[in-house]
Amino acid sequence: MFGMIGATMLLALREIRRHLLRSFLTTLGIIIGVAAVITMVTLGRGLTADVQEDIAGLGSDVFIVFPSRTDPNVAPPPFDEEDVRAVEMQIPGVEAVAGAVETNAIAFHNGQDWQTGVQGASRAFFAAQSIEVVEGREFSDREEARGESVCILGPKIVEEIFVEDRVLGEEMRIGNVSCQVIGVIDERSSSIGPGNDANDIVIMPLKTVQRRFIGNNNIQYFVVKYDPAYEAGAMQNQLIDLLRERRVIQDGEDNNFNIVDTAEINDTVNQVTGVMTLVVTVIAGISLLVGGIGIMNIMLVSVTERTREIGIRLAIGALAREVRLQFLTEAVVLCCFGGLIGIGLAFGLSVLLAGAIDLPFIFDPVVNVMSFVFSAIMGIIFGYYPAHRASKLDPIDALRHE
Amino acid sequence: MSQPPLIELEGITKTFGEGAAAFQALKGVDLKIQRGDFVAVMGPSGSGKSTTMNILGCLDVPTSGKFRFRGVEVQALSRDQRSLLRRRYLGFVFQGFNLLARTTALENVELPLLYRGESKKLRREAAEHALDQVGLLPWAEHTPAELSGGQQQRVAIARALVTEPDVLLADEPTGNLDTERSVEIMQLLNRLNADGITVLMVTHEEEMAEFAKTIVHFRDGLVERIERGHKSGAPLEEHA
Repeated sequence: MFGMIGATMLLALREIRRHLLRSFLTTLGIIIGVAAVITMVTLGRGLTADVQEDIAGLGSDVFIVFPSRTDPNVAPPPFDEEDVRAVEMQIPGVEAVAGAVETNAIAFHNGQDWQTGVQGASRAFFAAQSIEVVEGREFSDREEARGESVCILGPKIVEEIFVEDRVLGEEMRIGNVSCQVIGVIDERSSSIGPGNDANDIVIMPLKTVQRRFIGNNNIQYFVVKYDPAYEAGAMQNQLIDLLRERRVIQDGEDNNFNIVDTAEINDTVNQVTGVMTLVVTVIAGISLLVGGIGIMNIMLVSVTERTREIGIRLAIGALAREVRLQFLTEAVVLCCFGGLIGIGLAFGLSVLLAGAIDLPFIFDPVVNVMSFVFSAIMGIIFGYYPAHRASKLDPIDALRHE
Repeated sequence: MSQPPLIELEGITKTFGEGAAAFQALKGVDLKIQRGDFVAVMGPSGSGKSTTMNILGCLDVPTSGKFRFRGVEVQALSRDQRSLLRRRYLGFVFQGFNLLARTTALENVELPLLYRGESKKLRREAAEHALDQVGLLPWAEHTPAELSGGQQQRVAIARALVTEPDVLLADEPTGNLDTERSVEIMQLLNRLNADGITVLMVTHEEEMAEFAKTIVHFRDGLVERIERGHKSGAPLEEHA
């Protein structure tokens, strides 16, 4: 049995070698199908990972609360320190609440200057946002309480204006405020502030930024870190009720604030990813189907063209099932080659495209193996009918065929 | 002559088509062929000689009558059983050579052994031996397109020989060749016959039939006459 399969493989490979160009064109449908599917899935995975990393940058199990306009001409009332404390005290399941403000300023150091974002925040903010201080330290209680001029830098600023190695303990000027660098945060992929580079930032104690940069005690938004054991929906409703009461919103009026739940965003992304995967799978199915029909078409032409050859094989004693197996093997081997070339092509394309649109390249072995197996199955399905026709030829007619 | 004949045809008829369009190609052929014979089958076209050869080659079955090959009743066998019979005992040579294009002489000759599931080493040895027998070993790696007609036919004969068949069936083996090449092929067949292979050949050329020991003349679907002991393969020197 093995001898027969080995011999059949050999015959199939010889046949493919005899018609190299035609074999390549035959399998082109499979090549393109497989390459397209794997590239799409790989880029999809990259995109998902990218988005998920962004969401992770917002912190997990976190609500972000900010004022929003109900009337386009009226600015919504800001939050203040009292709101933050009320949320912290009155809603069960809340672990920490951190108010924050943002502004922009020019940072100066050693004759270098750089336009950057300035963030006023507390230590709770670092925890809620999973911001890690990789060098130096976070703010002390005293620094927070007194609004001292200390700052923690994002890696981008360090790169832009600190030419020398020493960063910690250096004095620098942010706008009109001089401050001392006490820490540097890790490289991050996202920020809450719209369009800001999370790495291009100076973080100072909330009070320092409120007093010395903005000039009021308003809180622009706050972050609520909650215990995931509590039901997020119920907590969100309690939060809405509390804030409506504090902001004196009448029944029937819209909320003049917005709550973003990172878990909800995560769910949505997963849902979108699921739909995308389904769509890609369907497109994959269709494109491979078209490729398979192409294989069947050429195999049928090939059987007709090689009628005489089939006659010779039958005359010298090939059994019907051997002829069938030979043509089937040819189709399967062609499809497998197509699958392999497609996988190679997809690898190159994914790496190139991921680089071009700045997505991570995530190799998914399952998709690659599945595509290969699927191409082989295509070979069996679409190779069977032509192979069956070849095996049913009458040797005398086949030998006479011109 | 006491042993049973290798091939025995008894009242063989063959009808193509049905009803009004039916055509009876063979109308009751009786023929016995002994092991080691060299038979030339002759006759005008439509006389039934090709149909007879197809039946003898186990490619076709008669409509009625009995065909015994090595004592086995072939007309009762299935398609695959007849394939196995061809694989084991028969070698075919065709008028049009019928080699696989873009495939070397060696690979062409190896082909029947592939279907027998022989090992690579044995295939190669046997194929080289067969090519050597027809004097084409130096051309083993050439494709048919690089060979002359006579050489191609010799490759085809090597392919028929490689399985060491009992019977070599040749359908107009010299039909596409000039006289000189034809004589070479006939001498080759003569030599193989002398080595013990039974040769059955269809031809319409008197000159080529002269090489055979027995000449069977067909006419209108029947055996018209048989010339036996014909020169006993003597004309080797005459033509050389």
